[in-house]
Amino acid sequence: MELTERKQKERQLLWTTAIAIAVFAVGWFTLPVLSERILLGVVLVLIAGALFFTNDTGRYICKRILLALLTVFIIAAITFFTMNAIPGGPFSKEKAPSAAVQAVLEERFHLNEPVGKQFLLYLEGLMQGNFGISTKTGREISTTIFESFGISAKLGGYAALLAVCLGVVLGSIAALNRAKAADRVIIFFTTLFVAVPSFIMATMLLLVFCLQLNWFPIFSTENQSYVLPVVALMLSPMSYITRLTKTSMLDVLGQDYIRTARAKGVKQWLVIFKHALRNALIPVITYVGPMTAYILTGSMVVESVFTTGGLGTKFVQGITNRDYPMIMGTTIFLATLMVTATLLSDLVYKIVDPRIDFD
Amino acid sequence: MSNTPLLQVRNLHTSFFTDAGEVRAVNGISYNLDAGRVLGIVGESGSGKSVSAYSVMRILTDTGRVTEGEVLFKGEDILKYSPQQMQKFRGSRISIIFQDPMTCLNPTFSIGSQLREAIRIHTDRNREQVQARALEMLQLVGVNEPEKRLKQYPHELSGGMRQRVMIAMALACEPDILIADEPTTALDVTIQAQILELMQSLQKKMGMAIIMITHDLGVIADMCDEIIVMYGGKVCERGTADEIFYNPRHEYTKGLIRSIPRITEKHEKLVPIAGSPVDLLNLPKGCAFASRCDHAMKICLEQQPEEVWVNDCHIAACWNNVRQMMQEEKDGENA
Repeated sequence: MELTERKQKERQLLWTTAIAIAVFAVGWFTLPVLSERILLGVVLVLIAGALFFTNDTGRYICKRILLALLTVFIIAAITFFTMNAIPGGPFSKEKAPSAAVQAVLEERFHLNEPVGKQFLLYLEGLMQGNFGISTKTGREISTTIFESFGISAKLGGYAALLAVCLGVVLGSIAALNRAKAADRVIIFFTTLFVAVPSFIMATMLLLVFCLQLNWFPIFSTENQSYVLPVVALMLSPMSYITRLTKTSMLDVLGQDYIRTARAKGVKQWLVIFKHALRNALIPVITYVGPMTAYILTGSMVVESVFTTGGLGTKFVQGITNRDYPMIMGTTIFLATLMVTATLLSDLVYKIVDPRIDFD
Repeated sequence: MSNTPLLQVRNLHTSFFTDAGEVRAVNGISYNLDAGRVLGIVGESGSGKSVSAYSVMRILTDTGRVTEGEVLFKGEDILKYSPQQMQKFRGSRISIIFQDPMTCLNPTFSIGSQLREAIRIHTDRNREQVQARALEMLQLVGVNEPEKRLKQYPHELSGGMRQRVMIAMALACEPDILIADEPTTALDVTIQAQILELMQSLQKKMGMAIIMITHDLGVIADMCDEIIVMYGGKVCERGTADEIFYNPRHEYTKGLIRSIPRITEKHEKLVPIAGSPVDLLNLPKGCAFASRCDHAMKICLEQQPEEVWVNDCHIAACWNNVRQMMQEEKDGENA
């Protein structure tokens, strides 16, 4: 039984390899650009991996990356067609350029082609690593994204790190001091921070700490103080993580295996930080992945209140300017980031909780 | 009093302080346990049998507190130990295994890591020695493929296997006393017998004393040297296993024995004990069992029965015994 199964599997593997090689060979001659050929190769390898990896985790990762590519493609398609469905375009302004100029511009950005063709042309560029140039500024989209993401990543990186560390610590403190003063204070403030929208929080922080107290300078290119923007960006997710950790910690502390650990003679702090925390963090991890992506990609609100600029700002500017390549570029970038973060958090999940089975 | 017993529990009272009031789970129980002996504590849910054991280990939940009494281990009151002393004491001198092995092992750590932790806490063996000891313990408790098991996680093992791991963990540091809190209740019947046999054979090999807590008299009858029957947080009867089984002198014990199914008697209906367990928030003035007792007298409702020696190896706390004795005395006088 097992033998025939193995034989069958071997035959399947053989066939798939043959088909993959055939597809790759055809692709090699039809696709003129090297990056496209590499992409095709990668996709074929991933498919083979998803089917034949003996390691569960390896198979799972291959599957997830394929799905991620599909997800990003679908997001790109939806964005592209909705964007084009909205009346108007990059060059339809009050002060319209002359018809001749307009025609040249449209030709240059392929706007005179049917939408479907435009999409294909865009995808072709994308596969060659070309995000196009901005219809507004004429700069390379990839350069703009890179620059503005630098700011967002710095801001968001600090914010995400602080949110997770503080949230977990505060949540644990609240759980261990249940119904005591520390718990009450923590829960009061975290409830407040979850409820207050970020634009109000950002404005308040700016008003109080920059204008009234003068503790921090207002953000400018010469005087880059990231403290307030980071705080504004961090408070809400930190509060959410605090509450999540508290609930989950309380649940775990009541579990039988905690009693077992105490009965074994494990030190009190080890019971909490080794036996309890690891289990309590499982629900937190599910939240942290997407949260990090969300924070990293920048909150448009916080960026504009503190005038730090960043990817969020570029995204919104892109939409108001009808800067098609900019909209597409930022959307694809954000989508990729989001999908990667979710995948990573799922993998971390597996490391923390061995009961998770990927198959 | 030349040699003090290994463990002496004296007049132990434990309460849980809840929003509804003080729940008096254990109301003055006392017992002695000698080295290498097996003590059975029997009672229904809520009779205080598990709480009395947790009080001894000092692993009650936050709301629970020992309000009165002493727990003497080799003559030292462990209720007066500091948390640090207690932490060193648990698992090395007294160990405990619990009812539900499915939830008692930490799901995020491997069997090996949990077993090694238990060994590392109380001994200063090096890495290889700890590993060797873990392997040895798994072999001792009859786990198959021990090397493989060490790397596995609790969810990959069956209930019986997990209980064996719990036993291995509890005995890894060769404690003087093993408390088994309903060790077989959550397992199916065939596994129950295996686990009990294992505990018996381990006791012979390692010589520790065992406190066996159960609601099932039948399970422990042939294992225990002495049995305590608990009801409403009090001891209602104590004696050797034979005495308790064949000569019960408390109405509650009689009820417990009647409720054990027997194969020999066909078509016999099981006789449950009518009524529900005593309300630990408002304990009655008299005997806790009086409201469910068929032979309750006026005095049972008003005054708590004292422990009376029925014979050399049997004590019961029931007014019926006192009445019977008085009756016998009277008959004796008349004759």
